[in-house]
This record gives sequence, structure tokens and C-alpha cells, in this order.
Amino acid sequence: MPPRTMVANRHGTFSATALGAVRGEKKLFSGLDFRLPPGGALVLTGPNGSGKSSLLRLMAGFGRPVAGHLAWDGADVARDPEAHRLRLHYVGHQDGLKPALTVAETLRFWAALGGVRLADPAAALAPLGLAGLAGTPCRFLSSGQRRRLALSRLSVGAAPLWLLDEPAVGLDAAALGALSRLIRHHRGTGGSIVLSTHQGMELDGIETISLADFPWRRADDPAGLDW
Amino acid sequence: MSSFAAIIRRDLRLAFRQGGDGAMAVMFFVLAALLFPFGIGPEPEVLARVAAGIIWVTALLAALLALDRMFLTDWEDGTLELIRLSPLPLELAVLAKCFSHWLVTGLPVLAATPLVALMLRLDPAALPMLLLSLAIGTPVLSLFGSAGAALTLGARRGGVLVSLLVLPLEIPVLIFGVGAADAALNPEAGPAQLVILAALFAFALPLCPLAAAAALRQALE
Repeated sequence: MPPRTMVANRHGTFSATALGAVRGEKKLFSGLDFRLPPGGALVLTGPNGSGKSSLLRLMAGFGRPVAGHLAWDGADVARDPEAHRLRLHYVGHQDGLKPALTVAETLRFWAALGGVRLADPAAALAPLGLAGLAGTPCRFLSSGQRRRLALSRLSVGAAPLWLLDEPAVGLDAAALGALSRLIRHHRGTGGSIVLSTHQGMELDGIETISLADFPWRRADDPAGLDW
Repeated sequence: MSSFAAIIRRDLRLAFRQGGDGAMAVMFFVLAALLFPFGIGPEPEVLARVAAGIIWVTALLAALLALDRMFLTDWEDGTLELIRLSPLPLELAVLAKCFSHWLVTGLPVLAATPLVALMLRLDPAALPMLLLSLAIGTPVLSLFGSAGAALTLGARRGGVLVSLLVLPLEIPVLIFGVGAADAALNPEAGPAQLVILAALFAFALPLCPLAAAAALRQALE
């Protein structure tokens, strides 16, 4: 297994061509194109159920698109899923915490899973203000703290592409500021980021993809419900 | 290999802290085996005749107890997504989960077997062979179980479903496991049963993780 650092700093351009996805029998989006250069930020917008999470999951490599393809520096990511997994950090809706494990143990497990040896969990916990909670079992964390722990994964092992699904949910102003700083630093070193919603975060130079304005969506489900 | 070890280490740590599944499996094994002398009578000859079978059947049922939770908790809290995204191939991650499942359920059952064998009046000459057959057979139960647990992920009443799915597959393991132990008492019998059991293990070791990983990929789409 190649150590993470070998591929860590290979920044590249993440792009999609004519991407299409379905959920169940319903069409979510089709003909979606984007191009995300190193240092870029892409924000997905659209009402609940419009497919933001599905798009992020596709980008992370859970399942394959029904149409089109995703590419890293022009090469189809489906051809080499292992390399794609190595170059991304994905923080989804679920925090992935075990009530019986402590904060430091959880982070150390995530690091080991990614092939990173974490000598000092406190250093990785510090950016999001969790350093003082290293020895606390996760069952005692508040929902905001759980979210911050999940996001602390971003500080463990460098990856050029961050995929964040509603990272701001449950975060207070201080944590939002810390997350914005993490993202700014990541982009400053050539990393790119895709996120759904950026409420309360200070990001500049973002591009937006709206998943709201597809014709079939307005026609049969104008309220954006039941998706 | 550090991610492989990390999964096992974490599973063992969780098992020790929560104390649930492992302790439950071995207690179930001892108590269920203890029911048989009450049910069929305490005559030593009768018990000795069926002891190996009782031990194997209860070991098999004990391995089923926590099977539906093999991937369920990791799936529910999102850890399975992280495992899927790690550089470790999903097949090896499944193998790590099988190994920790066996360490938590199979190994304690193996350790409790001499005690249960004593209570059931098993011929002491058959005990080493019974232990050997369990040592080869219980990992096969964990391996078959991983495929069943992965396939029933997300199904309602997955616990019952996984038993229905896995039990028929485990019948050969039972037949040759008990056969190997019984053969120990017959000086003319060769090691055929044990060899077939080992073949089942060699068959399940690569194939079950492949099947389970495919099912997990499906569940995560």
C-alpha cells in the first residue's frame, strides 16, 4: 500500500463531463459539467433532495454515474478507483463515531485506516478546538462537537480533494471560523474543495452549481419535495 | 497492513469496552449445551454419544448470535463509508472484520469447549480432535456469516434473515466437523473429514470476502 504522502501533494483538476444520476427510478440531474482547478471551491446548491449528497457521493466513488464521467487531470477516475480514494477526504452526513471510543482513539483509528501513523492526536484536534477533549469518550460529545471531530479528519493526512456534505450543520461561530481557516489553508496550498452549502463560512472565489433548475424537476415536482 | 490491524484492534477494543457480543456468545454456548442433559436425560452413554454433535450445533448457533451486527453498526454510523474510502481493499477489510468476529465469538467458544465436553461426558480421547475441528470450522462460520451479514444490510429484521441465509450453507461445516471428532474414536478412520473441513476453509477464505465486499459496495451506493 503506498503511503498517503506519496500522492498527497499531487494537485490536479477535477472535472465532470455530461454527468447524470438517478435515485431509485427518479432522475436527479443530467448533462452536468464542471471543472475544478487546484485551489478552487465548488458549492452545490439546490433544494432538499435535489441530489447534492448524491453528487458528492458519486464524486467520492460510491457507485458509478449512469451517464458521463468524472475525471482527475483528464483521466477517468473509474479507471483507477484506488488512486481516487487516496486523493480525497470525504465528510458525509454521518459522523462515524463509536460511543465507547475516546476522541483520540477515534481519530487514531481514522488515521490508521488511511495508512497514516498519528503520533500526536492533540495536534490534529487543535484546529477545531477539540484538543482538550482527547480523552473523552464520544458518547459525551454534543452534536456540534461530534461534527467537529468528524471534520478533524481533514487535518489527518493530506489529500488534494475535499468533499464536504453540509459541513456547517450544528457548528457554532467559532467552529465555522476554524473550518473556514482550514479550508483557506487547504486551498492556499493548491487543494480543491466541493461542498454543499457554505452557510456562515467566509469563502472567496467560489463557483456554484445549482441542481435546482432541471426541466423535469420544475414540471412534476415544483416544491422540491418527495425527492 | 496497518489499516487491516487497525480494524481488528478497534473491534476488539469495542468488544472489551461494551462487553456484549463476545460474552453473550460464550454464555449462550455454555447454557445451551447445558440444556441437553436436562432434555435427553443424564445417562452418561447417551450423552457421550451425542456430545460432539451438541457442542458443534451450539457453537454454530453461538456464532450466529451477533452476526447481523458484523457490519450493521459501522453501516449505520457511517464508519463503513470511511472503510470503503480507505486505501485498504474492501475484501481485506471484510477479512479483518471476519477475523475480529472470530476472535470475539469463535475463540471464547473454543476455550469453553473442554468444560462443556466434560459436562457432556465426551470421551476424552475425542477432545483434541473436536477442538481441532472447531478451530478449523468456526472461522468458516465467521466467513460464511460475513457474506450473509453484508447481503442483509439494511433489510428489516436482518438478524432473522441472516440466520435463514447462512444456516443452510453451514450444514457441511457441521457434518464434517462432527464427523472429524467422531472419527477420533475409530482407529481405522483416516483424517478425511478433517481434510474436507480444511478444504471448506480454503474455499471460504477467498470467496466469502469477495462476495461480502461486493454486497457492501452495493449497500453503500
